Amino acid sequence: MTMAPDVGGERRISRSIAEPALVRWILILVGLGFLGVFIILPLAAVFAQAFEKGIGPYLEALREPDTVSAIKLTLIAAGIAVPLNLAFGIAAAWAIAKFEFRGKSILVALIDLPFAVSPVIAGLIYVLVFGLQGWLGPWLAERGIRVIFALPGIVLATVFVTFPFVARELIPQMESLGNEEEEAARILGANGWQTFLRVTLPNIKWSLLYGIILSNARAMGEFGAVSVVSGHVRGETNTLTLHVEVLYNEYNFVGAFAAASLLCLLALVTLAAKAIVEWKLRAEVRAKAERSR
Amino acid sequence: MTIEVRGVTKTFGRFTALDGVSLLVHTGDLVALLGPSGSGKTTLLRIIAGLEIPDPGEGSVLFEDKDAPDAGSPRVGFVFQHYALFRHMTVFDNVAFGLRVLRRRVRPPRVEIRRRVEELLALVQLEGLAGRFPSQLSGGQRQRVALARALAIQPKVLLLDEPFGALDAKVRQELRRWLKGLHHRIQLTSVFVTHDQEEAMELADRIVVMNAGRIEQQGTPDEVFHRPATEFVVNFLGQVNLFHGRVEAGKAHFGNMAVEWPAWGNPEGPVRVFVRPHDFDLDLLASRRPSFRAKVERIHSAGPVVKLQVLADSGERVDVEIDQDRFKSLRIVSGSQVYVSPKEIKVFFEDYSI
Repeated sequence: MTMAPDVGGERRISRSIAEPALVRWILILVGLGFLGVFIILPLAAVFAQAFEKGIGPYLEALREPDTVSAIKLTLIAAGIAVPLNLAFGIAAAWAIAKFEFRGKSILVALIDLPFAVSPVIAGLIYVLVFGLQGWLGPWLAERGIRVIFALPGIVLATVFVTFPFVARELIPQMESLGNEEEEAARILGANGWQTFLRVTLPNIKWSLLYGIILSNARAMGEFGAVSVVSGHVRGETNTLTLHVEVLYNEYNFVGAFAAASLLCLLALVTLAAKAIVEWKLRAEVRAKAERSR
Repeated sequence: MTIEVRGVTKTFGRFTALDGVSLLVHTGDLVALLGPSGSGKTTLLRIIAGLEIPDPGEGSVLFEDKDAPDAGSPRVGFVFQHYALFRHMTVFDNVAFGLRVLRRRVRPPRVEIRRRVEELLALVQLEGLAGRFPSQLSGGQRQRVALARALAIQPKVLLLDEPFGALDAKVRQELRRWLKGLHHRIQLTSVFVTHDQEEAMELADRIVVMNAGRIEQQGTPDEVFHRPATEFVVNFLGQVNLFHGRVEAGKAHFGNMAVEWPAWGNPEGPVRVFVRPHDFDLDLLASRRPSFRAKVERIHSAGPVVKLQVLADSGERVDVEIDQDRFKSLRIVSGSQVYVSPKEIKVFFEDYSI
């Protein structure tokens, strides 16, 4: 009998379903090859293009005023949209998970609407409503308020497309938690705010964070809806995604890819944060499973 | 602190959970709300706690404290069926919660909170577990944490929803006895919900039997058990045999016999007669007492009493319980012929039946 090397005992594949080594290697190579060609290569290409002329021109490109303003606009739009959807998401999840009311199923369906509608359509909706030829456009124009081709429109479009993320994450968890802890807090004399901060929030914090991370990634990466309402005014209404397109169309590859590399970095940070939060969530589920044993 | 429930009705959609319920709980009482599931007992408890409100204009709950008549709404301690402990807080933080959320003006200082929590944990015999999380406790321990948490705000009224439902039989026994002692030691007015008639009998000073959103009967355990007001109460409080018969001239005729049944006003008519298995006596020979003849079909002699199933000559199957000594002296075996005589009967006229 030969001694098998200790692999840590983490994963043991049962002999009965183990494939021959050749098949296993082929499967792994196909998987890795696909991943490499479609995900890692493009990602590497972005950074390669961005640094093609060295680190100096890369930083130069990022310091370009229009790019700086695009970064700012993206941060502002996400900075407004994410908190708005955070507040809305918590309120909607609370209402749906903890109360029975008429029209609940309609509300649930409406929350999913932005997932079902193409972002371009979402942008067009706002143009139709707030644009100069739209329903509210003339009324707003008289008062000197610009929505379309300005920051408010970009924020509205961003809010629309990121609308479901927080609520979608919270609803199942809040439903599984039930009402009892909140009732216990209330009967012990806690007011609504204390109940939320001390009892509800700690129980949903990881789901909430997960929702925020996804929401933020989408808010910063959105192209279609924002593209329709922004008007592409350089240095004013171009978000980072739109600015990348503009630079690319002008054959400014270093600039385009430098800006794109920022979005890629955001994606990587999001992935890492998502992994950490998922790990925390799993730990919590495990604790719950232990409790119910 | 007395609790007065006045004509409370509560509906959920088309379902009527409570239908004009009135109830008076006196200071220091330990009251059981007893009934099958769906009888409205938990809804009544939640209305007393303020967790539900009665239908608009349909009744109210009043609290009155002779010592402090102007105290306003009272502090109520509530123990949930599944305890509802704050899962992300330690035992200590759970118990301290009610004190920490007090308004700054009335909140005790930290040292005082610590002292009170430690005192309560000692009271429920959980001194060593202050740093544990609810997930690390057994069912009985969680139950006691829930109790300590409810008592931390020094309530005048303690409400418990199926307090022993989720515990195994032995722990349940211990906690019952402990709770009864505690109730008398700290002079609370307590109301608990249960569907277990044995639990209600053992623990409560008064029992409120509920059915379909109404109160069927309330009284001491003795009254409810020995003088049931309705057929439902008879049926719900333990096993019972049902006979159809008639009352005529001061006698109840059922199962081929006539039993003296003197009643005020001498009503007559068809009746239902209920006899509990342990309210029968068995004999090998007919005596002067009214009895019916039957054949023993089955005998279960394990346990403190012997349970027999007999087949009456009239064709009815009847359950009988006699004590072990009596069973041994009679030397009954399966197939024996016996005479069954009722010691106590409950009679309800068909007209008044539910």
